[in-house]
Amino acid sequence: MQTILFILQKEFLQIFRNKTMLPIIVLVPFIQLIILVNAATLEMKRINMEVVDNDMSSSSRKLVDRFRASPFFSITRTTFSIKEAEKDLLEGRTGFVLHIMPGFEEKLGKESKASVQLLVDAVNGMTASLTNAYAQSVISDYNSDMVKARGGNAFISIMPKTIDIESSYWYNPQLNFKYYMVPGILVILVSMIGAFLTALNIVREKETGTIEQINVTPIRKYHFIIGKLIPFWIIALFELAFGLFLGRILFGMPVVGSLGLLFLFASVYLLVVLGLGLLLSTMAQSQQQVMFLSFFFLITFILMSGIFTPAESMPAWGQKANLLNPFAYFMRVIRMILLKGSGFKDIAGDLISITIFAAITLGMAIWRYRKAA
Amino acid sequence: MNSAGKIIEVKDMVKKFGQFVANDHLTFDVYRGEIFGFLGANGAGKTTAIKILCGLSLPTSGEIKVAGYDVYTGREQIKTRIGYMSQKFSLYEDLTVKENIRYYAGIYGLPRREINIKTKTLLERLNICNIANTLVREIPLGWKQKLAFSVAVFHDPELVFLDEPTGGVDPIARRQFWELIYEATGHGITVFVTTHYMDEAEYCHRVSIMSEGKISALDTPENLKKQYHANDINEVFVKIARNN
Repeated sequence: MQTILFILQKEFLQIFRNKTMLPIIVLVPFIQLIILVNAATLEMKRINMEVVDNDMSSSSRKLVDRFRASPFFSITRTTFSIKEAEKDLLEGRTGFVLHIMPGFEEKLGKESKASVQLLVDAVNGMTASLTNAYAQSVISDYNSDMVKARGGNAFISIMPKTIDIESSYWYNPQLNFKYYMVPGILVILVSMIGAFLTALNIVREKETGTIEQINVTPIRKYHFIIGKLIPFWIIALFELAFGLFLGRILFGMPVVGSLGLLFLFASVYLLVVLGLGLLLSTMAQSQQQVMFLSFFFLITFILMSGIFTPAESMPAWGQKANLLNPFAYFMRVIRMILLKGSGFKDIAGDLISITIFAAITLGMAIWRYRKAA
Repeated sequence: MNSAGKIIEVKDMVKKFGQFVANDHLTFDVYRGEIFGFLGANGAGKTTAIKILCGLSLPTSGEIKVAGYDVYTGREQIKTRIGYMSQKFSLYEDLTVKENIRYYAGIYGLPRREINIKTKTLLERLNICNIANTLVREIPLGWKQKLAFSVAVFHDPELVFLDEPTGGVDPIARRQFWELIYEATGHGITVFVTTHYMDEAEYCHRVSIMSEGKISALDTPENLKKQYHANDINEVFVKIARNN
């Protein structure tokens, strides 16, 4: 026990004396939250669009006005040449072209049915489908107004709306994307801090040769490991608290569930992350090697974790693979607790899984760690 | 402590790395209280041997006992009885002199009060009280070496291994370093030292000279000079190297 205290004292001295460490601890959460939460949004506003109105009728103008009034679209150019619009689309100057062909109003009057063409830049599939959906909804609003106005059937290539769907969104009623992102960023933040700092710290001792000096002492393996892990465990938990505080101040992040429960889960989860860092450090001889190794693992874990895309929409094999991804557990649990207010019973299964994870990772790390040169 | 008897017993020690034989059937003993010089050219296998004796790595074969414990089964017991100073003299550059001493002493399990008292005595003895709170990175190399040695013997081991402790400093600093070594032997600590500097070999009670993984000569410096008709150990070393 006394030995651990000596190690802790030394580690904290080194951490607080390190000129890059404190800025990392304080600035990284700040920057990640501000930039990523605001930038990595799936909401789309003001999609650049071009209008090719070859009909020039009052009906076509009304349809265009609908788009003009929508907050989702911003008309950057109006032209009569579909060729020019297509060129702009190809060259990326616009994301979406609305093409109204000649005879639009006439057909609408005679046949109660007319078509418009929507050209969507689908380089980014997600953006394309959202653009399409927004455009459809603008057109269908226009349709229903026309129906009311004429008392008849007027449709622009859209199925008659026979069922009114009224949606209500639970847990995040305003569909505020930031409330979804803040917890996700926090997971990444504490995981990176935990895994990277632990791995780097131990490998640095390998590089300077001090670890050899430790290895010729009678120190017990687990004393050394506990002494090495506790500082980063504390720092990562502090980061979580600091990040939650920032999320609250910057974005008004709601905390529906129990913070105590969140920190209970986080403290077990961090054992997995720190164990991972330790395990990586046993595989590497230099800080570069360990950085490369950690990047590989962390990026895979992060992208699979469901931070940007819901893990539920992954293919079945991906969801199975995610059972081995500790990040995915915390990603799910932190959102459940913060947004939904889930209680102990709801996360008990995840807590058990993550405890088993912790035992395995730490066990492997301790087993791999050798007091040898 | 200064009783006669073997503190290191090595019989047919072999260490192979794949096909390469780093230590080829080494056999030697080190007696309590002596300064044992372990010489050899670069790559002769000195560091490999030291690492085995310290319990940092396992030999491929051979019977080896250090401080009465077998290196196969008693490595952790050996570690309580030895001190070690490597070529890189592993002090933390971003800790102060005092903090380094405290950390290593703490790891050896010394109680805090004893550490404080012994640190004070040590700093006074080395006459470096003024730099007690200076970061190690800011002190000169010669002082770092002396400090590293003092840290290695801070817990009063029976035996200390020094792996090329005096690289890169001037002759005066080296001389002062050897004064520390003599002081330690005065307290009954056995010293096992490797070095490149043949003048330093003269300070040792007994010297072994390694080349290409084997021990080519082992005796007191006086006897070696006689045996090889040499004026100093440097000449002995060159003659042995030529014979191979």
